[in-house]
Amino acid sequence: MQFVLDNRGLFFDGMRTTASLTLLSFAAALVVGAVVAAFRISPIPPLRWVGATYVGLVRNTPLAVLIVLFFNGFADAGIIVQSRYLSAVIVLSAYTGAFVAETLRAGVNAVARGQGEAARALGLTFPQVLTVVVLPQAVRTVVGPLGSIFIALIKNSALAALISVQDISGVTEQLITTTGDYIPLFAAAAAAYLALSLPAGFAVSRLERRLAIKR
Amino acid sequence: MNRRRLLVPLLLVMALVGAACGADDEEASTATTSGEGTSTTVAAPEFAAGTTMAALQDKGKIVVGTKFNQLGSGQKNPTTGEVEGFDVEIAKLIAIGIFGGTLDDIGDKIEFKETVSGIREAVIQGGDVDIVAATYTINDNRKKQVDFAGPYVIDGQTVMVKSDNDTIKALTDLTGKKVCSGTGSTTPDNLKAKQVTPSELVLRATYPECADELRQGRVEAVVTDRGILIGLVAASSRAFKLVDIDVSEEPLGIGLKKGDDAFREFLNTRLEEIYASGEWADAYERTLGKLGLKTPEPPAVNKYASTGTATTLATTTIPASTTTAAGASTTTTAGGGSTSTTTSADGSPSTSRP
Repeated sequence: MQFVLDNRGLFFDGMRTTASLTLLSFAAALVVGAVVAAFRISPIPPLRWVGATYVGLVRNTPLAVLIVLFFNGFADAGIIVQSRYLSAVIVLSAYTGAFVAETLRAGVNAVARGQGEAARALGLTFPQVLTVVVLPQAVRTVVGPLGSIFIALIKNSALAALISVQDISGVTEQLITTTGDYIPLFAAAAAAYLALSLPAGFAVSRLERRLAIKR
Repeated sequence: MNRRRLLVPLLLVMALVGAACGADDEEASTATTSGEGTSTTVAAPEFAAGTTMAALQDKGKIVVGTKFNQLGSGQKNPTTGEVEGFDVEIAKLIAIGIFGGTLDDIGDKIEFKETVSGIREAVIQGGDVDIVAATYTINDNRKKQVDFAGPYVIDGQTVMVKSDNDTIKALTDLTGKKVCSGTGSTTPDNLKAKQVTPSELVLRATYPECADELRQGRVEAVVTDRGILIGLVAASSRAFKLVDIDVSEEPLGIGLKKGDDAFREFLNTRLEEIYASGEWADAYERTLGKLGLKTPEPPAVNKYASTGTATTLATTTIPASTTTAAGASTTTTAGGGSTSTTTSADGSPSTSRP
């Protein structure tokens, strides 16, 4: 236990890395997800196919595989991202983006068909229909599910330790060799993750209540 | 990428098959010419009544704890079910010193029991095994619980770089460089102990991943056990090479019950016998040598004085909080964040998680 306290600085560094990794990846995932969701519901069939293929491939592959594949495998194909951190952000946002896309699509489907038709009747273009009328309503209904994705992302980011990113998990694995005391070190790691994910969960439920559509 | 990943195990399998074939040849030749320079039939010596050696002779069998998953040292061959490796060969040679016989038939008198790093003290103290030869690093912490004969070989970690790298020649050259090792390995501690501070210490789950990092130029060196690195070098088609650097020294010994000085004396003498007869070198060549390691000089055995407590070697600073419970894990206890200078050294520091 003393050992954990002596190395709390490292743990705090790890928490900062996990937090920034998560926030950055989530921001990027929202963009990826919005674009892919737009593809998925687009009136142009080839775009729909692209969106469906992306979601099908990325969502159904284990994250651990994607992280190592991108970092080590793509490097063989000439795509070398030197920064481990940046590699992790790219893969985490690409992966999470697929889930965001499916959630947004579900949200869009939840918006009454008449809304879109009315917007079209008013002469709005397809992008305008999406950004002005449909998405704002869709997003409000999916704040809860998006929050779940965010919390999942906090925990998924632990896999960045596979390519030696020094997040909470990376720090824990580095320290474990010195003492071999699994219980205190992993208890500390669990506490560190909870310290990030519990407030996140709380914030999400507050946000959800504030944005809820009053009916 | 997959194909290359497959290459390492494939090569290892080939090495094993090769080793097995070699053994067959030897068998054939012993049948006709009674062996060339290897072990000839030794008569069973007489031992004073009451000694462990006499007890083993009466029992007609010695139980040896060894690893079953360490290529080159102690590994159970999945096809034959036989345990193979340097530790196994040493155990056989010791058994010949007790029961007499030859390398070919001594197997009947030995029972090998799988003994992973964490339980080695426990099986010795509990009497489950008579001796342990399982890449077992001799250190003071362990001497509080068991006694050691040997060392019978000095193992250690070393450094692998790209073949065209000529900037890394000494351990200090690693300072400021990016270095890769395995998750759970003792490499970070070993480097810290030698005051080497890489600019980045990358930890990956498997060593082929480290090899990838080296090939792709993301790190400049990979540090872990010689036995592991030699396999990666073999699989790299000359892209990598080993640098002649000792990152850590692990004197491997034979563990036995604490206080059995007559047995320890016998084991030490027997080791010196097989050093002198060349059987030790033969054993090395047909196991670790097959993986590409050069046969070293046999290390001098350490016939330390029998003590109730551990002999102090003065270089180590281990906090007194070491657990004494039987079967307790032997990982070092580094109190107060200070890294203990002993490696947590099972003989295979980097392959096994603590």
